[in-house]
Amino acid sequence: FHRLFILLVHAHFISKMAAVQDGQVDLEVEKKEIKTETSNDGSGNNNANSSSPGSTSLGATSKSPTGPAEDQQTLLAVLQFLKRNKLNESVDILRREAGLSVEIDDSPGSASGGAGSGGASNSTVDGGDTNSLLSRVSIAIPAAPAVTAAPVPPKGLDQPDVNVVLSAYSQQGDPDLYPLYYNGLKKFIESVLDCHRAELSQVFYPLFVHMYLELVYNNHEVEAKQFFEKFSGDQECYYAEDLRILSGMTKKEHMKGNETMLDFRTSKFVLRISRDSYQLLKRHLQERQNNQIWNIIQEHLYIDIFDGMPRSKSQIDAMSGSLAGEAKRDANKTKVFYGLLKEPEIEVPLDDEDEEAENEEGKPKKKKPKKDSMGSKSKKQDPNAPQQTRIPLPELKDSDKLDKIMNMKEAAKKIRLGSDNLPSICFYTFLNAYQGLTAVDITDDSSLIAGGFADSTVRVWSVTPKKLRRVKSAADLSNIDKESDDVLERIMDEKTASESKILYGHSGPVYGISFSPDRNYLLSSSEDGTVRLWSLQTFTCLVGYKGHNYPVWDTQFSPYGYYFVSGGHDRVARLWATDHYQPLRMFAGHLADVTCTRFHPNSNYVATGSADRTIRLWDVLNGNCVRILTGHKGPIHSLAFSPNGKFMASGATDGRVLLWDIGHGLMIGELKGHTDTIYALRFSRDGEILASGSMDNTVKLWDTLKAFDDVELDDFTAATGHIHLPENSQELLLGSYTTKSTPVIHLHFTRRNLLLAAGAYNP
Amino acid sequence: MAEERRPKQCTVVLPTESMKAMAESIGVGQLQEESCAALSEEVSYRIKEIAQDALKFMHHGKRRKLMTSDIDHALKIKNVEPLYGFQSQEFIPFRFASGGGRELHFYEEKEVDLSDIINTPLPRVPLDVSLKAHWLSIEGVQPAIPENPPPAPKEQQKAESTEPLKAVKPGQEEEGSIQKGQGATSAEAKGQCKKEGLIRMKPRSTHELSVEQQLYYKEITEACVGSCEAKRAEALQSIATDPGLYQMLPRFSTFISEGVRVNVVQNNLALLIYLMRMVKALMDNPTLYLEKYLHELIPAVVTCIVSKQLCLRPDVDNHWALRDFAARLMAQSCKTFSTTTNNIQSRITKTFTKSWLDEKTQWTTRYGCIAGLSELGPDVIKTLIIPRLTIEGARIKAVIEGPVVSNIDKIGADHVQSLLLPRSTLTVSQSGIGGSVGSRTPSIIKVPSSLTLMSTRPGTPTQPSPPATKYIVMATSAGASSTQQVP
Repeated sequence: FHRLFILLVHAHFISKMAAVQDGQVDLEVEKKEIKTETSNDGSGNNNANSSSPGSTSLGATSKSPTGPAEDQQTLLAVLQFLKRNKLNESVDILRREAGLSVEIDDSPGSASGGAGSGGASNSTVDGGDTNSLLSRVSIAIPAAPAVTAAPVPPKGLDQPDVNVVLSAYSQQGDPDLYPLYYNGLKKFIESVLDCHRAELSQVFYPLFVHMYLELVYNNHEVEAKQFFEKFSGDQECYYAEDLRILSGMTKKEHMKGNETMLDFRTSKFVLRISRDSYQLLKRHLQERQNNQIWNIIQEHLYIDIFDGMPRSKSQIDAMSGSLAGEAKRDANKTKVFYGLLKEPEIEVPLDDEDEEAENEEGKPKKKKPKKDSMGSKSKKQDPNAPQQTRIPLPELKDSDKLDKIMNMKEAAKKIRLGSDNLPSICFYTFLNAYQGLTAVDITDDSSLIAGGFADSTVRVWSVTPKKLRRVKSAADLSNIDKESDDVLERIMDEKTASESKILYGHSGPVYGISFSPDRNYLLSSSEDGTVRLWSLQTFTCLVGYKGHNYPVWDTQFSPYGYYFVSGGHDRVARLWATDHYQPLRMFAGHLADVTCTRFHPNSNYVATGSADRTIRLWDVLNGNCVRILTGHKGPIHSLAFSPNGKFMASGATDGRVLLWDIGHGLMIGELKGHTDTIYALRFSRDGEILASGSMDNTVKLWDTLKAFDDVELDDFTAATGHIHLPENSQELLLGSYTTKSTPVIHLHFTRRNLLLAAGAYNP
Repeated sequence: MAEERRPKQCTVVLPTESMKAMAESIGVGQLQEESCAALSEEVSYRIKEIAQDALKFMHHGKRRKLMTSDIDHALKIKNVEPLYGFQSQEFIPFRFASGGGRELHFYEEKEVDLSDIINTPLPRVPLDVSLKAHWLSIEGVQPAIPENPPPAPKEQQKAESTEPLKAVKPGQEEEGSIQKGQGATSAEAKGQCKKEGLIRMKPRSTHELSVEQQLYYKEITEACVGSCEAKRAEALQSIATDPGLYQMLPRFSTFISEGVRVNVVQNNLALLIYLMRMVKALMDNPTLYLEKYLHELIPAVVTCIVSKQLCLRPDVDNHWALRDFAARLMAQSCKTFSTTTNNIQSRITKTFTKSWLDEKTQWTTRYGCIAGLSELGPDVIKTLIIPRLTIEGARIKAVIEGPVVSNIDKIGADHVQSLLLPRSTLTVSQSGIGGSVGSRTPSIIKVPSSLTLMSTRPGTPTQPSPPATKYIVMATSAGASSTQQVP
């Protein structure tokens, strides 16, 4: 399967990448590309859209047993689309590959008819994701040159009814009745029992949006405006951002090419409602013959029905807020191997150890037992850990081993943090950063610090007395005695020694930056759509990874090096290996920009935060989305995994930090206190303390040990995901430190648990 | 929930006139009203869309301010050519013009003479980006160094000193920061506080100074009273601007009050002046709130105003300037700190008046009292000084024209006279024309440059109007008119 997936992705990209990257000018393909792009009325997202669903859904076909039937439909729709745009070459390739996958699918396909959950409304149980992709593809069609006869798909399967999705808002109700309908429902929901009211109130927002869009779509401009003004005030305040976008949209023409709208129309808004409440709603709507609302619920809402107690208002509020509602419960059911990989056993040279002990008087006692414990830990295999070879990882080099030894030595000296033993914070202020500091990273051993700037430069500083030196030129290198012991020292050019180096190459602000674990490379992602790999030996650019055609918001190296992940405005996160110019995986599914990307400590998973206010966790092995976490009320700008890989913290523009249990896919904590966007999150080396840095010029320290302890997970909450959040975020706050006027945009714990913070002074 | 902040944005649309103006600017003459309306709606929508995208770039640029470059990038991802030449960093240089019944916003493009640019000297090269490290926190406690914000913001200091009961509350809501600001409250103590919950006392503020602070204190105080003027200026500058002095404030105020006590006895004019300059610097520091230390500072300042003798040779040395300077400080602190609770101003006024009224008061003290009162504003001058002008005039006359008793008295009387004269004339002339307390009376005493007092206001003498002078002359005494010519 693995191979197949890679094949598919490659096949799909060859047509484009070959033309764009290798410089082989494939005129035909390129011409067609331009054509489709222009024909798509400049929405510009065509490229990403038409390619990503193909690849990911294909990935899904070969992997996920949930909805192969829909996947096939998607495939056919893609084929149709390609044909209409006369991309015959791609059609051939795709069909060849699809033929393969279709054959694979046929076996489980028959059993998948009722794979959806609750089964209350048959038309709503489609796999939301694939379905959305299907419709997104088809959205592009009306703008394309009209082709009357839809080509008959091969294999005689049911032809996917593309037009149904197209005419999403085909129903023509009397525009004057809309407010009446809405009011009727409002009255009903206000009159039901308290325990159901909170749950049913969730329906308001999606219903409001779709009714408004329906009015706009059917050119009832005035009524739409009135409807908006009348009911927009009733919506929860965390939807204000979306409402603002909606309010700007008053004409049918506006709906074309508006991405937010596309999301609303094509993806189903997911609600979780208890069975009792749902029955109430259904009965009411049927009694009243309220087809208008019923149709919307059937077509645009996905109601995830569960058995048991209805949820309370606070429970619902904690989880809602994302662009497309909550995550479906079965979206978070896949097992995630969140354990850490076994550390390779490295013999620590004993004589060194003794030397250290002598240098640092009075410490040897502590060191011995700790080392033993570490040794025993690494010997036992964590039951939650993925297999060591689940994804291929680069082999350790000698220098890596040396570094590991250094790391262990440092770790032995690290301070035990806790609520009564807070870390010291050293703040690195960037002065005179008129260019605008946009990203910062610090190496794991805290020896180098890099800054990305809005003037498209990347600057690297050494924060140790060791200066930055360049490798000598090739001519000089040939004169060096390669047999000498200090050859590594000799290849460096003393004349170039300086405290900082500037890397030029990007043509737009640098938004993401990441050091490789071995400190030989630096990655930077930029507004110009590229990710660049820089050598820290020569201080030159080695590779420009092109793939995102839009700004790349974030990038990060895997903790084991070699792989890296990037995410950007095109809503897709990509996994790359440094020696491939094409991405290995595409993680598509977010409904808005991917704003931040983080590797899980075991390198098997990637977490992405998005402007659609969800966090997704992706499996690197097969590209599947294994967790969808909702609850933030604003775009997510920072993510951090706990060092044991079990938990995750996320920070957003709403100034809240949320804590997540990855194994169960549950929100387990909410830390309130910041007043502005949180740009930096970091767990201490042992995970006892979470540091958060924000635009409000503060660094705050949180007691995560207590936060994780306080959570009681019984079987019921684990099964339903309805958690009662403890209201104790003030007790968890251990300290708050304000800078003079410096937003905190990066945090880093050194190996000895000293907290480093960085930001640009902003007078 | 969102009831009160109901968005009204859907109605915001560009005026159709703008469309017309734009159409005209590209040569389309008669644009129909309907097309204008349609266009303006479309344009408004697109502008909103671009603004939304630009916001994204602002967020990722980690800024709070939207910049023109953000708009450019937003246009770029929409495949629209960016607006070249809009590289304004701070503001959008729109100008407004109206005429012929039309209103226009345009942006100004000045003609620039190239030779001007070539001939002007090059501006200073901006500094390159640099990294600077400092301790934001040491084991949970934020050190009071200039790189960090003042540990206790001025508002909090004020709240603590004026309303000590209320000041505890923010501490409860947001432990950590404030307690730490109070000084070296250890982490354990804080933990206990938390457990005690409701019955939490106002945290004891320990006044232990770190080694650095002790060093700083020593250096600063030595520099302030030392002989090197350059060092002193630097030290005073530091006192007036450094944000981390909160914890050293009690030391400084004790230093000043003790210093004044000793030096008054020793008649060391120079040192008294230096100490008063320290008071001034402390008052100027925007991060300090002195209310808690006024009980030490005010006696010191008042001593410098009214003391019988401030210098060894009262006939030669210019101790008058010190009195004036201290009087100004007094007035400033009255203005800043006087409340209905502490009644500083009225208490000070009483003190001054009492000793002025005393027949036996020396001329030096008399001068100080009058100077102190006259700094307190036109109201005080009107109610307390003016009614006594006649009596005072007579007294001055007696000294000046009478038999020479002592030279010192004569000089004192002289000074009192010159102090009283312009002040009263000014006030009288003000009240004469019906204007009342508008502006504060400027002091006329010029501070001798040799003493270099840090004066807040330039000592510009105002020319009183002639008729008022006459009135004064008549009011004081006719005989003295020859000597009372206004300079």
